[in-house]
Amino acid sequence: MLAEIINLRKLIVPILVIGLAVIFGLNLNDWNLNLAYYNNMLKVDNFSVAFGGLAIFVTLLVFILSTDFYAKDQEHLSDYMSILTFVLVGALMMFSYGNLTMLFLGIETLSIALYIMAGSKRFDVRSNEAGFKYFLMGSFASCFLLFGIALIYGTTGSFDLNKITDYTIQNQQNISPLFYTGMVLMVFAMLFKVSAAPFHFWAPDVYEGAPALITAYMSTLVKIAAFGAFYKLMSATFFYTSWKAELILNVAAILTLAIGNLMALAQTNFKRLLAYSGISHAGYLTLIILSAKNQPAGALFYYTLGYSLSTLAAFAIAIPVFKSTKSEGIDAFNGLGKKNPVLAAAMSMAMIGLAGIPPFAGFMGKYYIFTEALQSGYFYTTLIAIFSSMIGVYYYFKVILAMYGKPANEFQIENTLNYQLVLWVCLALSLFFGLYPSPILNIF
Amino acid sequence: MLSLTLLFIPLAASLLLLFTRGGLSRNLALVFTLVQLGLTAYAYSVFKTDGATAFEFLRNWSVKPFINVHFSMDGVSLLMVILTNLLLPLIILSGYNRETERPHVFYSLILFMQFALNGVFISFDGFIYYIFWELALIPIYFIAFNWGGENRTQVTLKFFIYTLAGSLLMLFGFLFLYNGSPQHSLDWASLIANPSCGCNQSWLFWLFFIAFAIKIPIVPFHTWQPDTYKTAPTQGTMLLSGIMLKMGTYSLIRWLLPVLPEGVKEWQSLAIALSVAGIVYASIIAIMQRDLKRLLAYSSIAHVGLISAGIFAMNISGLQGSLVQMLAHGINVVGLFFCADIIFNRTQNANVEGIGGIRLVAPKFATWFMVVILGSVALPLTNGFVGEFMLLFGVYQYNTWLAVFAGLTIILGAVYMLRMYQKVVLGKPIMENMVFPDLFWNEKLVLITIGILIFVLGIFPKPILELTEPVLKTILK
Repeated sequence: MLAEIINLRKLIVPILVIGLAVIFGLNLNDWNLNLAYYNNMLKVDNFSVAFGGLAIFVTLLVFILSTDFYAKDQEHLSDYMSILTFVLVGALMMFSYGNLTMLFLGIETLSIALYIMAGSKRFDVRSNEAGFKYFLMGSFASCFLLFGIALIYGTTGSFDLNKITDYTIQNQQNISPLFYTGMVLMVFAMLFKVSAAPFHFWAPDVYEGAPALITAYMSTLVKIAAFGAFYKLMSATFFYTSWKAELILNVAAILTLAIGNLMALAQTNFKRLLAYSGISHAGYLTLIILSAKNQPAGALFYYTLGYSLSTLAAFAIAIPVFKSTKSEGIDAFNGLGKKNPVLAAAMSMAMIGLAGIPPFAGFMGKYYIFTEALQSGYFYTTLIAIFSSMIGVYYYFKVILAMYGKPANEFQIENTLNYQLVLWVCLALSLFFGLYPSPILNIF
Repeated sequence: MLSLTLLFIPLAASLLLLFTRGGLSRNLALVFTLVQLGLTAYAYSVFKTDGATAFEFLRNWSVKPFINVHFSMDGVSLLMVILTNLLLPLIILSGYNRETERPHVFYSLILFMQFALNGVFISFDGFIYYIFWELALIPIYFIAFNWGGENRTQVTLKFFIYTLAGSLLMLFGFLFLYNGSPQHSLDWASLIANPSCGCNQSWLFWLFFIAFAIKIPIVPFHTWQPDTYKTAPTQGTMLLSGIMLKMGTYSLIRWLLPVLPEGVKEWQSLAIALSVAGIVYASIIAIMQRDLKRLLAYSSIAHVGLISAGIFAMNISGLQGSLVQMLAHGINVVGLFFCADIIFNRTQNANVEGIGGIRLVAPKFATWFMVVILGSVALPLTNGFVGEFMLLFGVYQYNTWLAVFAGLTIILGAVYMLRMYQKVVLGKPIMENMVFPDLFWNEKLVLITIGILIFVLGIFPKPILELTEPVLKTILK
């Protein structure tokens, strides 16, 4: 919303942070208002307010991290910040679209900004590779999305979500095959964006190559945005049409859970590990999309919240550790338990939260997802999800084992106030919402 | 509110301990566990077997999914709480003449463990119970991992994954009960009121049974146990064997028998057969063991096998015997592992063959070790006898032949325990062992307390039986 490009470099981040805080407040102000702008292009309802609030909050935390992350690269700070703000703009559009063109615009705004940011370490080959790979594959997905939208427009005669819903309800018996084709293409594109299998191949490479801060941003904000949009799409249009979308999603959920968790077992790079962990979390979230008939938006919100908090906490520790050890492997954490017990304890909490062990929000989120999925009758998928969360424990614990079990390396960790702030805010909120879930779970 | 206080004291103490250093942490931990013990004694004094309103705490936690925070206590819970809070001071006291690295974290984890264990025993909502069940796993994992012996990385990870796998199966079971129950509630009272929730109990049984069987452990789910007991620091082993495995047997009584009665009936014979097979199998392996801690670990499998067999016999004497024996076994096994630790600490030798003639240099230790061993081989007038007798009687009522095989535990138990004692304490003196200081004050205190408990409960078990009878009758109904 505010792409403030100001020449006073030192003030950019504080101003952005304050600006975001103001927007956060303004956004909450729209609660229960249900406004629609530009011929239903943008609709502000409670769903978009809640997810928008989460997205802004995550961006705020990432910006707080960015002052230290870009401490040596002041020259381009304004560019980075403005591009990151565009990501947020795209995300906000993706929560509040009322029209498929708006969805497409949102996704493109978000993605193009991210293509740039993924490749923003210009002299690093891996970063370039990440940006380029993400761009190529992302463009394909965008093509799919656009083609799907076009086909749906062809059959229904409208981009408007409500009109599409009306069409599916009125013509339940004779929906045109073109509509299904369009639907499948759109589902594929969305599965790509949420990095669900079998469209997940970009995620590990891009996460690994991109600068750590951008990885943190991608693995939280982009996931929230993509799932918000996906959920809205599915609950508004496709679910009343047929079992076909369910079948695709069911297969995708099972594949995502299996691949995400099994591949994570073999990883030695922390960012890749989190990439696969993100894929497996996409699997759990796909379960929510599957049970969209129960209106589990609260569960979706709660889970993305818990996941983002734990992931950001993990990155708030990982980034300074990477910086001091000059390595991004899991062995960068070796012996952290002896050198810096407080940080190691915090990292353990983040990992336990991601693994879904009580009392953190991750557990409650999983529990709710499983109840919803079982209620919708996805018996085997839930069973697989439960087993994959068991596998998940193993690889999250690899980090804990490295911290406490391996001999320490000699690097000293420089930990600045900003990292500490984000870290403890995230952990405290994760614990808080883990203990008092009901306000968030029943938010809608 | 008393139930909340029981949870609050150890939790607050565990957080407070993180800010202390050195010997102070240990002293504070002891003080807090003693306060907790006092509170438990008070709870026992005000407890009335017919109604437990004084301990009731019920608040809604979340509307959708519907979850209540429900703490309460009946006789069985109270017995388990007594066991936990009685053993904790002893466990902490037993560490007094040992040097522990970073004691503030160590004792903080132990107190956190106490918090979680108390929570498991007083939760009456399935979801809350599950959370405490999981919470209990985290501190013990870190205790075993950070202060453990050789191979700790692999052993403790295996332990963690193994038990967590079981817990997740149980979680799946709870999800099913939640969806199947008419009010969508996991409250214990509503679950036992509608035991046939429309679910297929015959495989729901296995979801719960495997989770508990891993924790107890019942053969063939026991493979994590000997390694973990050996690797964990002694105080961790005491927690694991003395209290944590009682979580499993307690849960059989609380969450399996009354909630899934049809499933239990269907698989009762198989469950008893597994338990009895475990008794014989573990006893035979124990006879062959030369490592002191492993021997005790296998003997523990044999004892809890009998406990679970008595539970699955589903009659009043089996259930009561199991409760008596849970208390007795908790006390005895802590004593046994403590004695093993004393021996290992002074001889640096874990192998039975390398130790001998300790009696000559440490007569007091020899005496109290004998008392503990007698309790554990179920000599009449010791606590082990009461429990095992009732358990065997319970199994006998179910099936004579199974009782005969289960009875082997007493004979085989006497074989491996007494042989070990003979070799280690009485046997031919080995020169390297002759520098064996007799008991220190804290060791004396722990072992004498355990010894007194062994005889008191053996001679006068009536309070336990009175405490638990009404609950067991409702469960069996």
